[in-house]
Amino acid sequence: MTSPAGHSRRPFPHRNLLAISQLNQYEILELIDRAEAMIPVSRQQRKSLPTLSGKTQINLFFEPSTRTQASFEIAGKRLGAQVTNMSVKTSSVSKGETLIDTAATLNAMQPDVIIVRHPASGAVELLSQKVGCAVINAGDGAHEHPTQALLDALTIRQHKGRLAGLTVAICGDIANSRVARSNLLLLGAMQVRTRVIAPNTLLPRGIETLTSEVFTDMREGLVGADVVMMLRLQHERAAGRLIPSVREYYRFYGLDAEKLQLAKPDAIVMHPGPMNRGVEIDPAIADGPRSVITHQVEMGVAVRMAVLDALLADPTQVQA
Amino acid sequence: MSAPLVVRNARIVDPASNSDRHGAILVRDGRIEDLKDGAPQGEPEGATIIDAKGLLVAPGLIDMRVFTGEPGHEYRETLATAAEAAAAGGVTSFLLMPDSTPVVDDGAIVDFIVRRAAATAKVNVLPSAAITRGLGGNDITEFGLLKEAGAVALTDGRHSIQSAGLMRAAMSYAANFDLPIIHATVDRTLVGEGVMNEGALATISGLKGIPAEAETIPLARDLQLAALTGVRYHAAQVSSAGAAELISVAKRRMGPISAGISINNLALNENDVAPYRTFFKLSPPLRSEDDRQAMIEALKTGIIDVIHSAHDPQDSEVKRQPFADASEGAIGLETLLAAALRLVHSGDIPLTTILRAMTQRPAEILGLPSGRLATGAPADMIIIDMDYPWLVKEAEIVSRSRNTAFEGARMQGAVMQTFVAGRSVFRHANWQEGAK
Repeated sequence: MTSPAGHSRRPFPHRNLLAISQLNQYEILELIDRAEAMIPVSRQQRKSLPTLSGKTQINLFFEPSTRTQASFEIAGKRLGAQVTNMSVKTSSVSKGETLIDTAATLNAMQPDVIIVRHPASGAVELLSQKVGCAVINAGDGAHEHPTQALLDALTIRQHKGRLAGLTVAICGDIANSRVARSNLLLLGAMQVRTRVIAPNTLLPRGIETLTSEVFTDMREGLVGADVVMMLRLQHERAAGRLIPSVREYYRFYGLDAEKLQLAKPDAIVMHPGPMNRGVEIDPAIADGPRSVITHQVEMGVAVRMAVLDALLADPTQVQA
Repeated sequence: MSAPLVVRNARIVDPASNSDRHGAILVRDGRIEDLKDGAPQGEPEGATIIDAKGLLVAPGLIDMRVFTGEPGHEYRETLATAAEAAAAGGVTSFLLMPDSTPVVDDGAIVDFIVRRAAATAKVNVLPSAAITRGLGGNDITEFGLLKEAGAVALTDGRHSIQSAGLMRAAMSYAANFDLPIIHATVDRTLVGEGVMNEGALATISGLKGIPAEAETIPLARDLQLAALTGVRYHAAQVSSAGAAELISVAKRRMGPISAGISINNLALNENDVAPYRTFFKLSPPLRSEDDRQAMIEALKTGIIDVIHSAHDPQDSEVKRQPFADASEGAIGLETLLAAALRLVHSGDIPLTTILRAMTQRPAEILGLPSGRLATGAPADMIIIDMDYPWLVKEAEIVSRSRNTAFEGARMQGAVMQTFVAGRSVFRHANWQEGAK
């Protein structure tokens, strides 16, 4: 593997990273490889590369987030970029007005990249049409969260040595999860066998177009899985409407030791965070030996460094 | 007294009399005085003669679902600008929805619309009145007084009445005054946060879906209540195969039931929405191709009676938004006929059937003397070049708002000239009729 700074000077053929659906398997692999090469940077004493020196990065978050925002901020800073964080409160009345207005305002400040999280599906793409710089989707509604899927894939590959041929079970609130969609698209493109597991009320119509298999019985869905990926349940929203109660949900869809033993003996457990311990996952599992959850967080920084580098650092970058 | 008008050398297509023939139309005092086959012998003294050059002459279109911004949101559309757009699209009468500010739920506001339209609009504006006060879905309006003021139908426009009990009362009382109830059936609890047709496309886009049952469940309720009360009931806008089945059954069993569909649901499908194109965010949502095919079949077999434009002007402020936050609706008066002719050119629907759904049937449902080319009928007529090629361009839109679902669409067929009561209200820039 080449050194991070000198890694792959091939141009990355996209101006923005808006969705996994816009990438082919070679581009996905390229980003995962680049991210893997970035890992040592964060593990050394002097955690910096000069590749984004002089560039301006804006983190524009219309939805509260601690870890994703911090991850993008650290990634940018480790590459030498100037990073500004903006959290925009969205009133239910004028979400979009804020979005377009903010886009025009920020664009005038000549940033090199804007990283956007927004509660509405498609909002980041809309914003990308209004600015002249690169845009990275840090999560839009229930649509996509591409860097999460990339960091999940890198984590899996680090533990399993490969992606193709594995069986990954994604369990939880599929209907409202952008993490699930991005992961299903990425894993599908990399020849991974995917399963989704959820009660019917959390399975959106037509989900079978995105996944190899659909299970409503978690036990059946876990049998033989190499990876168990749990999703956060927005239980305040779901309780009483989509599920009767947290305790019933935990009984049937919470990951505990007994259910986990149905997966392969070396199966790893993942979670995009933040976790609801005792809602979707037993604390003993979350903090146990098969959990790779903190490793995911570390890979998050590497993936975001790689994406920033791919979009911004290539001198021969193709405009798309 | 204006000069008589003769339109000759025309292919006269009149769905109401099932006729398609070559001939001439004589108009006097705003009405059709005579229709003649072949070339007319001797024209009246001082008559204006128009040579249609063999083009098609049809009754002016009657559009049963039009929103404007007057009163209240004149920057979107006024009655005058909507009428300009209508004339350009061959629409000589439109039913104005009551969704304005203030809502058309009081005789004085109906009166305002009637007077304002007479003073400013170049086509016939037919006011509808709200079924419930403020479109709130709770209390019925003064149907009798509204009718006296000039309302021709009752509808809650974009809004859908959720309470079966209230709907029953409204239907019973409307039957008293022989006013039709026109209702867009939407179960709000099934729509929830839905913004497009439910299915794989919505799921991939991360958008909440609207199931067809949100339309069919209240429709089934309405059809039963219509049978109970005997009201003239028009299902304002159906979009799903299930709705067609319900109406088909109801029509066989009971009396005055009719159904309408937006041209958007006949010409477009859910694939047009992707990716997040808010000009295609409509109510009802664009459905699957299977549903669209079922709607074409339902139109052909007479289950669906009426095609309307669902003209709904919205400004860019409310349309240039993330999909879930954007307003619903698209303009359509100018593209109604051309989009409908696509279905004729593609061989899906016969010409007479398409025209009937925009002329004869709306006239019958609303009790109008127009919508036909017959002696004594108002001389609301259009000259259509069935093959005229054109491109829908935003810059050439007549309507005050630009939210068309047909931007960039290639059309075959255009209105060359539009007459309201024998008066020319629109002439296509490239139309040189043989006028003398």
